[in-house]
Amino acid sequence: MSFLITSIEIDGAGGHPAAWRGSEVDPSAILTGELALRAVQRAEAAGVDLATFADALEAPADVPERVSARLDALGLAARIAPATERIGLVPTITVTHTEPFHVQASVATLDWVSAGRAGWLVDVSSSAEAAAVIGRRSPAVDAETWREARYVVDVSRRLWDSWEDDAIIRDAPSGRFVDRERIHYVDFESPSFAVKGPSIVPRPPQGHPVTALRVSSEDALQAAGDVDLVLLPGASDVEARVAAVRAAGGGRVLLSVSVLLEEDGASGVRRAEGMDHVGGVARLAELIEEWAALGIDGVHLRPASLELDVPVIADALLPLLRERKLVGAARPGSLRSRLGLSRPANRYEGSRR
Amino acid sequence: MSKQIHLAAHFPGVNNTTVWSDPESRSQIDFASFRNLAETAERGTFDFFFLAEGLRLREVKGRIHDLDVVGRPESLTVLSALAAVTTHLGLAATVNSTFNEPYELAKRLATLDHVSGGRAAWNVVTSWDAFTGENFRRGGYLDKADRYVRAEESLRIVRSLWDAWRDDDLVLDQAAGVFAREGAGAFADDGDHFTIRGRFGLPRSPQGHPVVIQAGDSDQGRDFAAAGADVIFSRHGAFEAGQTFYKDVKSRLPRHGRAEDSLKIMPAVTVVVADTDAEALDKAHHIREQQVSGPTAIVLAELLWGRDLSSYDPDGPLPADDPVVGSSVTQGRVGYNDPAPIVAEWRAQAAANGWSLRQTVINQQNRQTFVGSPTTVAEAMNHHVQENAADGFVLVPHLTPGGLDDFVDRVVPLLRERGVFRTEYESTTLRDHLGLRR
Ligand SMILES: Cc1cc2nc3c(=O)[nH]c(=O)nc-3n(C[C@H](O)[C@H](O)[C@H](O)COP(=O)(O)O)c2cc1C
Repeated sequence: MSFLITSIEIDGAGGHPAAWRGSEVDPSAILTGELALRAVQRAEAAGVDLATFADALEAPADVPERVSARLDALGLAARIAPATERIGLVPTITVTHTEPFHVQASVATLDWVSAGRAGWLVDVSSSAEAAAVIGRRSPAVDAETWREARYVVDVSRRLWDSWEDDAIIRDAPSGRFVDRERIHYVDFESPSFAVKGPSIVPRPPQGHPVTALRVSSEDALQAAGDVDLVLLPGASDVEARVAAVRAAGGGRVLLSVSVLLEEDGASGVRRAEGMDHVGGVARLAELIEEWAALGIDGVHLRPASLELDVPVIADALLPLLRERKLVGAARPGSLRSRLGLSRPANRYEGSRR
Repeated sequence: MSKQIHLAAHFPGVNNTTVWSDPESRSQIDFASFRNLAETAERGTFDFFFLAEGLRLREVKGRIHDLDVVGRPESLTVLSALAAVTTHLGLAATVNSTFNEPYELAKRLATLDHVSGGRAAWNVVTSWDAFTGENFRRGGYLDKADRYVRAEESLRIVRSLWDAWRDDDLVLDQAAGVFAREGAGAFADDGDHFTIRGRFGLPRSPQGHPVVIQAGDSDQGRDFAAAGADVIFSRHGAFEAGQTFYKDVKSRLPRHGRAEDSLKIMPAVTVVVADTDAEALDKAHHIREQQVSGPTAIVLAELLWGRDLSSYDPDGPLPADDPVVGSSVTQGRVGYNDPAPIVAEWRAQAAANGWSLRQTVINQQNRQTFVGSPTTVAEAMNHHVQENAADGFVLVPHLTPGGLDDFVDRVVPLLRERGVFRTEYESTTLRDHLGLRR
């Protein structure tokens, strides 16, 4: 069996609604990005392969006792990129209302600023709230937004290929900075949008940054075959759901579970309700081993509290998983190579006019 | 006290200013290049670091223009990353108002302001054309006349979103369990271009509003700037043109109830420094020759003449044809509204000096603003500012990323000695560097 992929989710002060109230948390550090930075650096030092960043087009719900503010995930990931060296950075990006051309350019740029560690967690916006903040289109049903998301993924990959890797030639004798025969119009058309291309950003270091999505509905499952990485939320019914993703042709499959790694939290504000795993790391390591036997490629841990749980993941869980030979030594290189994915060939290579 | 000079660093890019063939020229994309130039600017206590934007690769006669730098990373993402490796430098992103939605702009810019501790700026540009539009959902998009209507509405809404939280809406009372005051962030707007409502998810940012920069040159563009911008990035770097522009724009401010110093005028300028004035002139001439190769001279002439001139010899005489107005021979760059008088001037100068086409372009399009010894440059810059040809400058180096080293090492100390430029940062926000109110 190959080693498991490990990842964590960055979301406010953590996945638990009361995480921001702990005495160990400086809640203002949520908005400066410091809390996220510290968590990602801790995870990186422990050898965690990647971090995802939660986001949505609409703001978090306005409930006084909850974190009702959120930084743009892509901006936050970019802020963290130069302050880290090895860990993959995968912001959530919603694609229903945002221009596909901007989306692909931003993700390609994250790959450039992180030297090949970028991915994106594709999500859709089917809520009326999301439609209303943009005000351009009516809300669409889930199935339609996922169908369109697949077109966005497709055009993004085409735009990433629109520059061949060696398009920049800097040929002083002929005065040409690029060989324009190696830069391509994508001329993409879908039922709801068209993009001419080429991208404004040269092909990113990984060729294609890692494309991920969360399978939380039948419609999302339909899109799983288009992506490199699938997150499967929840600890139940693992075998059947992994099989369904495999049948859909999905890439790496990570089980995405919320974890609270000690029962009586120091802060006293933490409650177990709604968590997939509550308890110590020994039990979690056992569970991970069981899930591994059911066919997952790795785990996506959603810590209840970044300040409390990430250090436990880093200092206790990862060493334990390594001891059990579930996780190998920290791997260098691009995010794709950490995930065991090859660098995609460029579809336009050799198609020179 | 003398007027204080404001300085910004432009990361050089897709214009022929950039001499990519120079052995000192490094990558235009690698983060190391951005970081290096930003660190130089911060060492020089500059106000901000500036990134331009282009949403479609330029074309000449239907083919991608290949003689200048092509391609660049997306501004806001690069600047968010630079926030990690700088501490005081302002971070200015050029982002188009036609091909973006106000809610997304507000969110991304406010994020940059939060993660940088109050150093974000937005240069609002207004390309509206169908050529660029082909990369976007609506294609085509706007009539030229609508570009500032949408820009004004976008800016108004973006600012209202930045204000959607009051300063004290973020409560952060851990014991009581109150993160924010209920109702914080609610917004609704019905305009000609947008009908939007909802809740904005970011509290007021460290600067209140990120700094707003404007770069259009038309009458409408100047009014837009006078009504709502904090900084104008202009193309009028020459002394007299600068004074004329300065007077024109500042005279528009009272109509909008604004004080003279609430809008800073910062033209794009280039600087060539050497030990002596004579050496600097030589160096400047050498740079000009590298910037305008034969093929580049033809392309720049095509932009002016609005027609295919590929059969002309750059080392021969100027084209005899009349210019075409409003042609699309070159796409994705600002053309000439009225080329005829410029062509006439070029012809007169070429005849008087015996210049070839290439020599004419080299001399007539020379935008080298400050050339000389460090003392000459420092004094000329200070003169421009004290005499109201500018409030400061956006420096456009011809090399990436080392193009500002000479300026920062040799000219900045002289400006400091003269008491017209800061010796250290006095604050951490861009608004404070620029002397603007929160
Ligand atoms: C100094 C200067 C820099 C500019 N930089 C950009 C740029 O980076 N990206 C862009 O799309 N437009 C840029 N523009 C174009 C203007 O923002 C504007 O869209 C264009 O000039 C048309 O507006 P106008 O008719 O008011 O001039 C620039 C203009 C000036 C004067």
